[in-house]
Amino acid sequence: MNPRRLRLGFILAAAGMLLGLVLPPSGRVVAPLTERPILFALTVAAVLLFAAAAWTGGSRAIVPGIGALSGAVTTLALLHDAGIGSSAAAGFWAMVLAVWLGAALCVIELASRRPGGGTSRRVLNLAVPLLFGAIVFYLWEVLVRGFGVSPVILPAPSAAAARFAASLPTLGQDLVQTFVRGVLIGYVIGCGAGLLVAILAHRFAFLGRGLLPLGNFFSALPLVGVAPIMVMWFGFDWPSKAAVVALVTFFPTLVNTLAGLSASGHMERDLMRSYGADYRQTLTKLYLPAALPFIFNALKINATLALIGAIVAEFFGTPTQGIGFRISTEAGRMAIDMVWAEIALAAIAGMAFYGIVALAERATTFWHPSYRT
Amino acid sequence: MTSSALAFPASGAGTWRQHPLVVRYAPIVTIVLALITIWYVAAVLMNLALVRGGFEREETPYTVSELIAGTMSAERPLLPAPHQVIAAFTDSVFGYVPTAPRSLVYHSMVTLSATLLGFALGAVLGIVLALMIVHSRVLEKSLLPWIICSQMVPILALAPIFVVVLGVMGLQGLLPKSIISAYLCFFPITIGMVKGFTAPDPMQLDLMRTWSATPRQVLAKLRWPSAVPYLFASLKVAITISLIGAIVAELPTGAEAGIGARLLAGSYYGQTIQIWSALLASAILASGLIGLVDLAERLVGLRMGARP
Repeated sequence: MNPRRLRLGFILAAAGMLLGLVLPPSGRVVAPLTERPILFALTVAAVLLFAAAAWTGGSRAIVPGIGALSGAVTTLALLHDAGIGSSAAAGFWAMVLAVWLGAALCVIELASRRPGGGTSRRVLNLAVPLLFGAIVFYLWEVLVRGFGVSPVILPAPSAAAARFAASLPTLGQDLVQTFVRGVLIGYVIGCGAGLLVAILAHRFAFLGRGLLPLGNFFSALPLVGVAPIMVMWFGFDWPSKAAVVALVTFFPTLVNTLAGLSASGHMERDLMRSYGADYRQTLTKLYLPAALPFIFNALKINATLALIGAIVAEFFGTPTQGIGFRISTEAGRMAIDMVWAEIALAAIAGMAFYGIVALAERATTFWHPSYRT
Repeated sequence: MTSSALAFPASGAGTWRQHPLVVRYAPIVTIVLALITIWYVAAVLMNLALVRGGFEREETPYTVSELIAGTMSAERPLLPAPHQVIAAFTDSVFGYVPTAPRSLVYHSMVTLSATLLGFALGAVLGIVLALMIVHSRVLEKSLLPWIICSQMVPILALAPIFVVVLGVMGLQGLLPKSIISAYLCFFPITIGMVKGFTAPDPMQLDLMRTWSATPRQVLAKLRWPSAVPYLFASLKVAITISLIGAIVAELPTGAEAGIGARLLAGSYYGQTIQIWSALLASAILASGLIGLVDLAERLVGLRMGARP
């Protein structure tokens, strides 16, 4: 982004904040911003900081960053006024636009920077998406509450967060039911079975030639559809969920492990033979280590598949707990904030699961070219 | 499964065994046959108690062969035998006019239309996102991590909310399901296309620069052609995910038509044969859709001068 446009953007942001001081913040009659000392000070600070950023050409992202932050705090605090929430008017939206513009310019400035050092690059790579996410959440919050969107359609993130904090015991129960019992057990069974069958199929080429196309075919099928059958066979409790998860995770593991087991080169196999290694030694010392990147690829795919499988299986019947059960019943009762809290829970569980698998991959396949920098 | 598969090539070396068709298809056929055998055995074992209970309730004497025949033709078996599934499938496909609510063709069409619309939306969204990411460093750094994170989230969990919310907003039927499909399937396309658009190596990009090509020309003449293989690989993944999305979107809201609705109705009323034939229909749909993408890939490849 060239400096002139950056400067223009920050001037616009400062002007927007000024407009917020002048124009009425709400359609109804409320106290103007000039009569709220703290918010007034924050707004003026934001105007000054944006102006300073425009003056220096925005070479330091921290200055407009603090400006955008104080502007954001002002608008969020204004929303707490009953007269402003759901009937916000031009002054308020001018400030929101200014905050958005200022923050977006900061992100753009940060993202186009090319730092030399390793640590600063890592910090930047983390900070940019986090800031981006913060802007998205801010806009979501402000738009929902400023326009007074019905909580049935879309609750504000703060409402979902409050519900999350208020119903921790329920969420904990659901997590144990769905994740610990359904997902983890099924995941271990499915991936373990896939691994064993893949080793067998690799040992006996005939079996492999038959299983590979079938495995490819099955892993393309909508296997979650077997959920009603599993519920019928294994009952409403976690065994049926574990069965669905096991089935869903089996085929990706099989296909990927088979590909990985044949990934070792001719030279290495010849070397093992020249050492006089028997099959078991070759398997543990050559085939399996060489297959690890492929196996972890499957494990990572399966981490998300497993959670989806368990949640979908709960749509077909559960004891009265579990993430999928709660989502479908609360959606039916129009308690959308609770649904979002459950989704946040599922998201956190999913990311943590994925993260743990990825960490295990780092720890065991550190020798792989893709990790050597 | 293993024993019958292993018994086959044990001894002797007839010339027909080296025939490429035999080498290629014999293992598949063997394993499919083994699976069907296992299925029949399992059907007998799992339905045995059910059928025996039925006989004993009516206090009629029964023989073993009657018992086994009973397990193959029970009305609501725990596990229907393959021929029952096939019979129910052909009956519900050919037995009714395609618009009748009992026809599986009708339900498949409902799901298929949601799948295709969602797939089209997802493909467009995925490609547009990839274009934006490739052309903007800011988006690459700020948006891409979130897109990747969004895939660690069980997105299907969002399905009921979408359907409910869009229902409140007055949208019903096809569109909510398609949006879920699109949301699920845009990701592999975005990732694949980002890889594809960045596949040209620096030499080629430099060459374009020496010809003073505009970014649009670079896109049209270099980036697009090199992204085509990636496009089709990701489309194949995306279309099956899109089908899964359409089916699952029908589940939590009690949709009236579609394969998911058939699954749900079957599980409510214990109609196992109906569930299995709906599953068969979804399998056929999935392989048909992949086949179509495959065909498109080949045609495009021929147009672009690939050797068959």
